Amino acid sequence: MRFAFSLLLMVSLAKADPISVISFSQLEEVLQKKDDTLRVINFWATWCKPCVEELPHFEKLTQSYKDKPVKVILVSLDFKNKLPMVKAFVERKKIQSSVVLLDQGNPNEWIDKIAPEWSGAIPATLFVKAKTGVRKFHEGDYDYETLEKQVLQLLTL
Amino acid sequence: MKNTFLLTGLSLATAALLSFTYSSDTPATGYKAGDKAIDFRLKNIDDKEVSLADLKSAKGFIVIFTCNHCPYSVAYEDRIIALDKKYATLGYPVVAINPNDAVAYPDDSFGNMKVRAKEKNFSFPYLHDESQQIAKTYGATRTPHVFVLKKEGKELVVKYVGAIDDNSQDASAVKEKYAENAVDGLLKGQESTPNFTKAIGCSIKWKKAN
Repeated sequence: MRFAFSLLLMVSLAKADPISVISFSQLEEVLQKKDDTLRVINFWATWCKPCVEELPHFEKLTQSYKDKPVKVILVSLDFKNKLPMVKAFVERKKIQSSVVLLDQGNPNEWIDKIAPEWSGAIPATLFVKAKTGVRKFHEGDYDYETLEKQVLQLLTL
Repeated sequence: MKNTFLLTGLSLATAALLSFTYSSDTPATGYKAGDKAIDFRLKNIDDKEVSLADLKSAKGFIVIFTCNHCPYSVAYEDRIIALDKKYATLGYPVVAINPNDAVAYPDDSFGNMKVRAKEKNFSFPYLHDESQQIAKTYGATRTPHVFVLKKEGKELVVKYVGAIDDNSQDASAVKEKYAENAVDGLLKGQESTPNFTKAIGCSIKWKKAN
């Protein structure tokens, strides 16, 4: 029994986290967590070319800041029925950051809650630390230098 | 409606309070309801140029910035065709415009626009905004992005900006047909409510040189 459990544990450790489908209210809960972590929420999709091109920068951030209170969450806006495709993509690209798929519902009801200035185009990135009221939004893509500069600036707040 | 204004006011106030840490890199510009829209002259898939002024019998237009490659645009193709079928005869034809940089997205080239329009049997003009100036002036940021215009005298007045409806993924699950409601209102002599909505879409790929 114990052996089976350790085996299960080993298997689950070896594999990347499964991608869960979350609702907007679940995403909001994450945004409202009052801990010391700066969350970098990147809205992307497998079909979105500029999004896919900037993913390595977010991966690099995850790697470089693994000992710092920074957490990257890649929120896929692929359609829900494309979940297997997203999973395959994440495995193929060996993505280490957390990935979730957002069940979109009616985007008109939540886009403003992410940021009133967001037009709804992706890529888009939200930096948030609810504890200190840090909230910064960027529509468009990033190069690593600008992304890191933004993170470093927000970490001082 | 009052509640909406109150909420908007509150969020504006909150945004102002948080402005130290909460700021935007991309301020929203472009048309909103009530603005006067410019006409344009763009090349259609039949190689002829189309201007809104050419469509003299129209009462207004459903201008939709869209493209070939974007899954959101593709998901809406049949609904865009249906919009034109329903509203062209009522005086509000669809005019589709592809503003994407074909260098970035070869799928969105003028040649591929012709192919797609033929495959889907588009009943409306599908224009190429090669210079991207119309998309920029209108303030289109994503595809699909709808601008409902109404002719008032010699002016084209913006009446609705936003999404086609509230569910891009599943046409059968749509609850709010925003664009249709906007035009239905205009046909009844009313203003469009809401006159602005948001949707997730593919960002328009701007040319590097601009």
